[in-house]
Amino acid sequence: MSTPLATAIAPDLGAPASSPSLILARGLTKRFGEFTAVDAIDFDVAPGESFGFLGPNGAGKTSTMRMIGCVSPLSGGTLQILGLDPEAHGPQIRARLGVVPQQDTLDTELTVRENLLIYGRYFGLSRAECATRADELLEFAQLGERAGDQVERLSGGMKRRLTIARSLINEPDVLLLDEPTTGLDPQARHLLWDRLYRLKQRGVTLVLTTHYMDEAEQLCDRLVVMDKAKIVAEGSPRSLIEQYSTREVTELRFAPGVQETLDGQLDGLAERIERLPDRVLLYADDGEAAVAAAHARGLQPEQVLVRRSSLEDVFLRLTGRSLIE
Amino acid sequence: MTALAHPRSGIGRVFEHRFMQYRRSYRASIFSSFLTPVLFLAAMGVGLGSYVDGSTSPALAGLSYLAFLAPGLLAATCMQSAAFEAAFPIMSGLVWSRTFHAMHATPIDGRDIVLGNFAWIGARMVLVATVFTVIIVLFGAAASPLIVLAIPAAALTGLAFAAPIMAFAATQRTPNKFNAVFRFGITPLFLFSGTFYPVDSLPAAIQPLAWVTPLYHGVALTRALSLGTVGGAPGLALIHLAVLLAFIAVGLWFAYRTVGKTLLRG
Repeated sequence: MSTPLATAIAPDLGAPASSPSLILARGLTKRFGEFTAVDAIDFDVAPGESFGFLGPNGAGKTSTMRMIGCVSPLSGGTLQILGLDPEAHGPQIRARLGVVPQQDTLDTELTVRENLLIYGRYFGLSRAECATRADELLEFAQLGERAGDQVERLSGGMKRRLTIARSLINEPDVLLLDEPTTGLDPQARHLLWDRLYRLKQRGVTLVLTTHYMDEAEQLCDRLVVMDKAKIVAEGSPRSLIEQYSTREVTELRFAPGVQETLDGQLDGLAERIERLPDRVLLYADDGEAAVAAAHARGLQPEQVLVRRSSLEDVFLRLTGRSLIE
Repeated sequence: MTALAHPRSGIGRVFEHRFMQYRRSYRASIFSSFLTPVLFLAAMGVGLGSYVDGSTSPALAGLSYLAFLAPGLLAATCMQSAAFEAAFPIMSGLVWSRTFHAMHATPIDGRDIVLGNFAWIGARMVLVATVFTVIIVLFGAAASPLIVLAIPAAALTGLAFAAPIMAFAATQRTPNKFNAVFRFGITPLFLFSGTFYPVDSLPAAIQPLAWVTPLYHGVALTRALSLGTVGGAPGLALIHLAVLLAFIAVGLWFAYRTVGKTLLRG
């Protein structure tokens, strides 16, 4: 069996029987001089799971991914990948990973197909094997017609797809994706999600970082929210919403100047109330009831929106609304 | 897992990548490898040489200026092209296209990247030196069959620059300082290291400066082979060779460190 996508269904664990995790981190720490980028985090990734690191820029997601990718040494704690220690077995672990870095690292001088061929060679595959897999992956990434084009001429979305195709050339046990769709237009993002979803269905273990909530909801079975180098929450998208938000959120917008005069009039309308500069958010399981209660108090919002709680509400609650830069 | 043998030939794979890139531009590259020596030997060797040959300088000792100049230019050309190859492609791999980071995400490690690129530059230098040497022979400027050995000597001269420049290039995030390296390093060496006239013609105070540069030793060794005078002072030839090898060894050690550091920084 040699299709890159099919063999990944049954990951060859090679891990000790005591550890069913593909990735196991305890007290994982990364420091750059005085700065602590990752502060003693613990997590496990099970075979076939789709696991996400969610967090604002600078939360420590990429540093964590680079340690998992065995290209950045640990400053503390322990990390096991496929049952192996990255410090002692970096090249052996990397042989079984697929990596989609945040910034493209394609060789823009070479053609689309050549990029796949040479990458296969890095894993020690024969030229014939590289050619077979390259053709399958071009198909998968919908790049068959561009096979002979120089990479420089591809769009951003095509380059991303090529990077993902390239990361699959060694039939990896784990695919690491660092912000796979950042900077892409909606069409390109949806096409990419579709491809990643297919991989997930085929049983490939995905580990990804993102700051897009819709991406996390679409792709992740389980995720951790990182903020300021630490994990602040963990669970499935649904359970995180249940735990950190209400079922529904009601957004009220008032005429200019009115919101500031509402002192006290909103209290008790919902489990939690958040005042933003331009609107008020009411967190309540029954949004319509909250609206009715507001009207009953004589409040007259100009706009009312009742929606389901999303991961974004959880994210903003946990990591705050102020811009971190 | 299927056929995922850990490639112990990582150096070979990096070399293969460079070859794949080269295939796209080899015509222009080979053309300029021919053109450079033809132009230089015609202008400086034949043109300028017709004046110089009238002089009675003891340095020439009955040689034509063309025969004196040709091996010097051979070594100096290798220096220039190796310096270029060690600067820009390394910056590209680490900063611009980041292909070295892509390699590093596979079983390939920093050592493979350094040595694979170094081996590639070596292969390029052998090609450049071979073409140049053929032209020297066609110009009738080779005095000894030992000029065949001038090919590896000139290639080593290039590599003695490539290794430390690679180490330096890996510390840079922009190519701004490369200009300084070429303008204040490579070009003065080209002019003052015995390529065009013997170093003894320089003021005595400056001569020791020439002795510590690899080009001086590369030119001297290449010339001794081309003129067939190497047998007269084999010890001196060994010293020249040792200096070139020392620059290579120390340069590679530093390159291994700086490239490794930049890969870890991400």
